[in-house]
Amino acid sequence: MSNSELISTAEPRLAPPPSFWNSPGFRRFRRHKLAVFGATAIVVMTLACIIGPMLLPYNDTFIDIRQRFAPPFSGPHVLGTDPLGRDILARLLMAGRISLAVGFSAMVISMAIGICVGMVAGFYEGVIGATLMRFVDAMLCFPSIFLLLAISALISPSVPSIVMLIAMTSWMEVARVVEAQMRSLRTRDFAVAAVSMGSSNARIMFRELLPNAVAPIVVAATLNVAHAILAESYISFLGYGIQPPTPSWGNMLEGAQSYLTSAPWLAILPGAAITLAVTSFNFVGDGLRDALDPRLDLP
Amino acid sequence: MSTFLVQRLMQALVLLLIVSMIGFAILHLAPGGPLSQFAASGEMTQADLDRIAEQLGLNRPLPVQYLEWLWRMLRGDWGLSYRDQQPVLHIIASHIGATLELMLTSTLLAMLLGAWIGILGAIKRYSLFDSLATIGAMIALSIPTFWFGLVVIYVFSVGLGWLPSGNRYTIGDGSFLNQIHHLIGPCIVLALVSTAVWSRYMRSSMLEVVNQDYIRTARAKGLPERSVLLRHAFRNALLPMITITGLHVPTLLSGALVTETVFTWPGMGRLFLDSISYRDYPVVMGILMFTAVLVLLGSLIADLLYGIADPRIARNG
Repeated sequence: MSNSELISTAEPRLAPPPSFWNSPGFRRFRRHKLAVFGATAIVVMTLACIIGPMLLPYNDTFIDIRQRFAPPFSGPHVLGTDPLGRDILARLLMAGRISLAVGFSAMVISMAIGICVGMVAGFYEGVIGATLMRFVDAMLCFPSIFLLLAISALISPSVPSIVMLIAMTSWMEVARVVEAQMRSLRTRDFAVAAVSMGSSNARIMFRELLPNAVAPIVVAATLNVAHAILAESYISFLGYGIQPPTPSWGNMLEGAQSYLTSAPWLAILPGAAITLAVTSFNFVGDGLRDALDPRLDLP
Repeated sequence: MSTFLVQRLMQALVLLLIVSMIGFAILHLAPGGPLSQFAASGEMTQADLDRIAEQLGLNRPLPVQYLEWLWRMLRGDWGLSYRDQQPVLHIIASHIGATLELMLTSTLLAMLLGAWIGILGAIKRYSLFDSLATIGAMIALSIPTFWFGLVVIYVFSVGLGWLPSGNRYTIGDGSFLNQIHHLIGPCIVLALVSTAVWSRYMRSSMLEVVNQDYIRTARAKGLPERSVLLRHAFRNALLPMITITGLHVPTLLSGALVTETVFTWPGMGRLFLDSISYRDYPVVMGILMFTAVLVLLGSLIADLLYGIADPRIARNG
């Protein structure tokens, strides 16, 4: 086959203009069926929690005393009512707002802390790096729930303080990921070139190294949302998280155990919502890991 | 080997020191510090509180307090509970048995089940079983432990009436069988996450091993497939699992706390929750330190066992 033939056959097949929607990464993500399911579920859940409460005839705090303990699919309350006669569906959606918001904001803060600590520790090796990473190791010695509960006893429980609490106890894994990335990236040619050009440390860290570590950071961020939603539900279930009357998926379950015989839906529904949300984020995280890994390329 | 041991022990001790500083800081960051327990009772005047602070040494500079606390800790004096003046170490010792029983049995269950699922998934890669196991593990890792506990109680205690819904044994019946009967529920609940973790790592570890040369050799010399998989592949695939099990201790402890709460299991997790609601800071601090020691021991023992189990890892520096 001559050169001219090769060119002539290749010419008509113009590559589609590069965009996000036909990038190899997005194609890999689309092939991951569970990740697509997860992403869809997250979008649907988020929309339902934002729009849903406006469409419902019941407010999440409206007490319908004559309809207490109404089972699901039996009367005017679609998913039944709780021990005070409040509509479960309305509460689930309002709780979803809180739980998802807590998950996202805790993720953002913990990522900020984790990236900063990891970046500094990985960039300034030696005493600073070693000290920071030993601190990370020490924080990881506490089982997460124990740490969460110990600190929760110190603070007055409100939505912002719970977000801070979760963020303060879940940045360590991110710091480790970023530190490892920084350490390997800073010896690469482009980083050495930046140093030789006299770029400032901050510029090298933020403009050269950090953009190259985006893939593992995005994956860690997604998994961090899942972790934060789960953490919120644990401490709220144990009574130290979001306080009633503000509903969250965790505190809806708080009293549910005492009604397990007579009103099992009180326990089943919020737990199912948590599981769906957390599973979805984990699926998406898994799909992103595959999609952003350039070593796995499509045939 | 001994150099390695000394090195690892030193590392662990340094970590433990940092852990104790963090724990101490958390304890003393509380509004009012450890005194808040007394302040909350309402019967104390400020003069009383000042005197208590004087007596407990809480009015001295924090670093001095820390060093004193550390010195007492090192001599085995972990302080007295605010609630009933019992020695903290004594209280922890009386609760740790129930927690260890739960953790060990569920780990054993998770190992057996997880190894089985992982191996089968690796042998029949991309089969229906493998896909279901993958999805199942992902969901298992996402289910809140306490909710799974409620579901188990609802199905097996409320619905079917097979299992008791809580406690370690029926009062007045301390027989072995009765205790086993009470253990089943919490054991299954705590084992869920560990099983998922084990099956995932077992699968990938097994997949890595079956492509090695010695497996091809074993097949080439005509060994039956079963023997190749179990005696050659499985034994080598188990090696990384030692590390996984060691690193899994914090997750297991967190799970145990939640499981104990749901099943009213009288272990350390429940003790921790009770102590927090009583603001019993000496016990809270004691348990925090104790769990950190368990976590460090877990990774230390895993490292040592790995060195012993895998002679390829040379420990000479």
